[in-house]
Amino acid sequence: MGKPPKKKSLADKVRKTKTASEIKNNPFEVKINRKKFDVLGRKSKHDVGLPGVSRSKAINKRKETLLKEYKQKNKANKFVDRRFGEYDTKMAPEDKILQRFAIERQRVHEKKDVYNLNEEEELTHYGQSLAEIEKFNDNVNSDDESEEKGLLSAELTASHFGGGGGLLRKKTSEEQEEQGNQRAKSRQELIEELIQKSKLEKRERQVQREEAQELTEKLDQEWKSIQALMVKKTPKSEQTDKPEEKPKLEEYDMMVRELGFEMKAQPSERMKSPEELAKEEEEKLQKLEADRLRRMIGEDGGDGVQRPAHLSADDLNDGFILDKHDKKTLSYQDGKWNIGKETEANQKEELEEEQGEEEEESDGGEEEDESDGGEEEEEECSSEEEDGHSDLDSEQESEEETSSKPKQSLSREELKAQQEAAKAELPYTFPAPESYEDLRRLLRGHTPENQRLIVARTQKCNHPSLAAGNKLKLQKLFGFLLEYIGELATRSPPELTTVDKLIPELYTLCQMFPLAACQAMQSILGDAAHSMEEVLEVKGHASFPTLDMLIYLKVTALLFPTSDFRHPVTTPALLLICQALTKCPVRSLQDLTSGLVLCCLAVEYVSLSKRFLPELINFLSGTLHLAVQDKTSLGYTLVPPFRLAGKYSNLLVLSSSECCESWSKESLPLSVRLELDARSDLDKDHYRLNCLSTCLDLVKRCCLLYKDLPSFIHVFQPIRALLSKHLLTQTLPKPLQKFHSEILDCLKEAPLTHSRLVFEKKKPIPLKLLTPKIVEVLDYGKKRGSTREERERERLKHKYKKEFKGALREIRKDSRFLAREKLSEVMNRDAERKRKVKEKGRDKGGGAGFHKNKQSVMNKSQLLDLQKEKKRKTTHNNTTGASYHCVNLMRKYTQQSPGTQIPPGSYRD
Amino acid sequence: MALTEKRNVSSKLNPKRPKIDIESIVEGILGSRKRANDVFDILESLRSAKEKDVISAASACSKLFSTLLERKDLFIGKLPDEDEALNGDYSAEEKYHIFMRHRYNSCVEMLLEYLHHEVHEVKESVLSCLMKFAAAEGQHPLEDMDWSEHYSFPRQLIQLVVDNILSKTTDNSLLISKFQEYLEMEDVRYYVMSSIRVNVSAVMEKNKEVLLHVYQNNVFTLMSSINMPSQESELTNFMVKQEAKLEDWKATKLSDHKRGFEKMWLGFLKYKLPVSMYKKVLVILHDAVLPHMIKPTLMIDFLTAAYDVGGAISLLALNGLFVLIHQHNLDYPDFYRKLYNLLEPSVFHAKYRARFFHLVNLFLSSSHLPVYLVAAFAKRLARLALTAPPTALLIVLPFIYNLIRRHPSCRVLIHKPTAEDEALEDPYVMDEEDPVHCCALESSLWEIKTLQKHYHPDVAKAAMLINTPLPVQEDDISEVLEITTHELMERDLKSETKSVPLEFETATELLRGGDVIKQHFSLV
Repeated sequence: MGKPPKKKSLADKVRKTKTASEIKNNPFEVKINRKKFDVLGRKSKHDVGLPGVSRSKAINKRKETLLKEYKQKNKANKFVDRRFGEYDTKMAPEDKILQRFAIERQRVHEKKDVYNLNEEEELTHYGQSLAEIEKFNDNVNSDDESEEKGLLSAELTASHFGGGGGLLRKKTSEEQEEQGNQRAKSRQELIEELIQKSKLEKRERQVQREEAQELTEKLDQEWKSIQALMVKKTPKSEQTDKPEEKPKLEEYDMMVRELGFEMKAQPSERMKSPEELAKEEEEKLQKLEADRLRRMIGEDGGDGVQRPAHLSADDLNDGFILDKHDKKTLSYQDGKWNIGKETEANQKEELEEEQGEEEEESDGGEEEDESDGGEEEEEECSSEEEDGHSDLDSEQESEEETSSKPKQSLSREELKAQQEAAKAELPYTFPAPESYEDLRRLLRGHTPENQRLIVARTQKCNHPSLAAGNKLKLQKLFGFLLEYIGELATRSPPELTTVDKLIPELYTLCQMFPLAACQAMQSILGDAAHSMEEVLEVKGHASFPTLDMLIYLKVTALLFPTSDFRHPVTTPALLLICQALTKCPVRSLQDLTSGLVLCCLAVEYVSLSKRFLPELINFLSGTLHLAVQDKTSLGYTLVPPFRLAGKYSNLLVLSSSECCESWSKESLPLSVRLELDARSDLDKDHYRLNCLSTCLDLVKRCCLLYKDLPSFIHVFQPIRALLSKHLLTQTLPKPLQKFHSEILDCLKEAPLTHSRLVFEKKKPIPLKLLTPKIVEVLDYGKKRGSTREERERERLKHKYKKEFKGALREIRKDSRFLAREKLSEVMNRDAERKRKVKEKGRDKGGGAGFHKNKQSVMNKSQLLDLQKEKKRKTTHNNTTGASYHCVNLMRKYTQQSPGTQIPPGSYRD
Repeated sequence: MALTEKRNVSSKLNPKRPKIDIESIVEGILGSRKRANDVFDILESLRSAKEKDVISAASACSKLFSTLLERKDLFIGKLPDEDEALNGDYSAEEKYHIFMRHRYNSCVEMLLEYLHHEVHEVKESVLSCLMKFAAAEGQHPLEDMDWSEHYSFPRQLIQLVVDNILSKTTDNSLLISKFQEYLEMEDVRYYVMSSIRVNVSAVMEKNKEVLLHVYQNNVFTLMSSINMPSQESELTNFMVKQEAKLEDWKATKLSDHKRGFEKMWLGFLKYKLPVSMYKKVLVILHDAVLPHMIKPTLMIDFLTAAYDVGGAISLLALNGLFVLIHQHNLDYPDFYRKLYNLLEPSVFHAKYRARFFHLVNLFLSSSHLPVYLVAAFAKRLARLALTAPPTALLIVLPFIYNLIRRHPSCRVLIHKPTAEDEALEDPYVMDEEDPVHCCALESSLWEIKTLQKHYHPDVAKAAMLINTPLPVQEDDISEVLEITTHELMERDLKSETKSVPLEFETATELLRGGDVIKQHFSLV
């Protein structure tokens, strides 16, 4: 049983002694992996293997790791060899031994040789020989030591604690000579000398320090006396001093210095981010607001204190103006309060002056306000304006400062007037309105311009970058503004100028929150459409949209692009317009005006995209029909809501033809008043002609828009018939005649012929090609034609499998190795026992024969059991350790594809 | 007279506690014949100006007289004059019966008058009261006849009720809807139908060539509220239960019902109708009237007349005509030509657009139609589409595509490659009434090309389809038939939008300088 391991170990030994080249050349060591067939361009690494070498390598490795682990198993303590270089394999054993010896010697030496006088060991302190230190004692003169606190010089220690023997012992040979000279001195004397020396030193140092202090104090005093003289004109004196010191400077030096003083290129101020700008804006407004509030309450006092002294652009920062200013106030104060030297006349003059100034000031204030407003209007202030503003400011500033004191003597009326002015002025900050009512309250009673200002300021104060909730507030504000515009338009009379002023604000808000604006507009359009639908269901026709709806439709066109093929706002808006044009019967001139406004809007909506609006043409031809006197023998058909004849079919027929001469084109009001009915016939006729002219202009525009449509002729057939047969030129005023002829010319010019319709040419379908499909092969093997993820999965699976197999192999080898180790252990133990038993048997004689026999039998069976059991156990144990890598891989794999999980036991054999 | 005195006294008391009094009076009258004179109090309160009193009195009357009818306490047979009866040699019992019968008659008279009352509640309660009488009379007929030979039904009372419901002055549609409950009963329906016929002929004969809007409206409402049973087995619900000879009773026969129904309608339609009435009749004709007639072909005259009227009425008549052509083998000459001429710009704006297109789709679904006809329809519809609103366009475009799909030889309308290079004027003659001569096949659908520039994206997209060969599958136009502009708008308004493009040109004022609107309108 003991043979195979012995053999192996022997072989290993032999192998170890051989060199690498010897092994390689030995045909018994080499295993050649035969290839079945050669593949061109493939290099195989494993064509020649050295199984013996690799096995011994593996066994060695195991011995180092696994065996050690095994030996340490179930042991709490651990033997650590701390001998020098024990684990250092690189060190030669001789060196190791030498070093160890040295260390040993050192240790022994340290311990025992302290009191060994015979040895000529040198004492050191901080690596310096103590003897050396003693020798140059005088040089030790550092500041630290002079303090004499907690610091020990070697000498001192020696003298204090070392004892006489120590002192004497440490003298070097030279010192010993000295010692020989002064041998008369006793130890007592020596010590005294030492003490004296040190005391002397100490005193000297004290004296020195005192002197230095005195000197510095003196210098300080002198400096102070000079300083008082120099305070004012330091720079100048310096400048003047310089040339004195060096009267002759070379040109070059001069230039160099000049260059030094020349302004260097300053880094320009960086661009401010929108948030910062908004913040600044808000701060500015808040400041202005605070200012206004203060003035409204009527306190003027803190002005001079609060505002920083003004610096003009020309200021050299040398305090020149300040001095003058001070002086002036000083004298003023004198005149007024302190001495009262000046004559009464003088005082009067001053008073007048003050009043004048006061007036100017208030003017200036107003100007300032205005300029403030201007600034807000044009969001980017130009530098000019900035300057102007600052100038104004400075004016006011100086005035205020000059008149700050006598303010108390101002008449009450003036104060009051000032307060009023402040009140009339708008606040600079506004809270964002929470409801529509809030907005109305905010804007009530203001002029249109001020309303715009208020909205603009509200918007700036609540810029979304300033606070978290502002975005929502402003989004709401947009909705409220829309509602407000609608309300303005429904008032009688409608306040369209206000609406006009509010448009820019709406626009900016819309630009900020497109989505919210879109939703607000959509809800308005949806509501309008819904109510119209309801009316239509009941009556079958509806009334024309009111002015607010017209305004909304116009605003829609201003805020959103009308030319989009499909737009969430403009498409429904256009539908609404067209529905109104088809479903609302014209029953009065007001209706007609609304209709014409809608037509104008419709033309505007499609002016860019040139889309075809059948309803527009229908309405325009219907409108022209209203102006036809003789309604018989028509060459055209009318489309609802217009009728051939009826109560309202003569709306545009003129009552008399004389009005044509007196008529001139005027723009119609957007909001038609009710008093239209009450007007005279002439006025009505003029109104009719206005409508007609609008209508004709629109027809002309439509002609130009739709010129390129294939069915242009047919679309305009009714209009053509109307204009050429029924609305004759003679009956129309001159300006309309022009329109008339232009339209007819345009219609005549249109091409009558068209090429036939054909389908668009299709791309020919390519023939089926038989060239092979080339697929990129990234991995050799069967993993092709799949997606990237699948390939990745396959790759991982493959890798996992490989690693799994490898791990298994390793585990098996580990357990085999361990089993072998254990077996040899048992065998050794057994052999030992045998030997001992033999020994005993030999001692006791033949009486142990039976004993021995039994023992051996037991041993055999035990051994087998043990072997089996241990094998199992160790395999298990090591599996957990060695399969770690495998498990890790598994995890990765399962992460990759959560669907396929490997049961936890499956990788254990 | 003692009676009148007593009446006066009680009428003074009445206003204070009318309700309790009337109840107790009824009890009293029914309790003992001595208090028979109290019936005057009830009639008096029936005459009252207050609606409440009238209603309570009416219910009291109905209770009183129906009980009396049940007890056979009313005189049966030809009623003698009251004075005469008092003097004549009748027994006291008979005298009482005669007296009560007279009160009953006057009560009915008053109730019939109340059918013209302006308050609906009064009318309703009066009507229910009258119908109760009718039911009671049916069970206990007042005519003295051999009822084993005849069928008892209060025809006279029903006739009177119908006559009064069909008022010439007030719109009784609410009352008629109430009356509809009674029309559920087979015998009532049957006799009401004949009463209507009698009434209509009587009234209309009197007012020849004059349109009685309210009256005709009432008649129409009443007639249209008649729900005819579809099977004879359904005839089970009778107001008056006949004791014998149920088999021969006309009211139990469906054919008799149908005959009565037919006669009634024909009698009504015989006379000149206002335009709105025409429309109403035509709307329900095809499914409420024609199926219940024995000979629907009798309607041909009416329908052809209506078809020739033109406009919306023609469109509506189409429906009835279709039923006749389809189910009753009617041969209508030049039907398609007339249909072709019905196509006018107004069809796209009419209220009955969906119905019309549904029918036209049916008419043109046949694959045996000549190509020229289909092409003419397609071209005409395309031409008309130039004036149509988007909702109509969404119907018309798929419609035309379907026509072309069904008749592949019509494909030349959208694809004629042989003559590609030559440009030509549209040869189609819009004014030609005969589709044969309109030269539609020589034309192309340039109109659809025009509609590719339509402002609504859906329409433009639909029109774009002619650029490529049409897909084989037909479009289902029934989905788009009922679409409204509002729905079309909702599509855009409700759709989720992630980004909203904005106008980049800064808006500074409401009316900008370059705007069209600025040149014609001013703010003030």
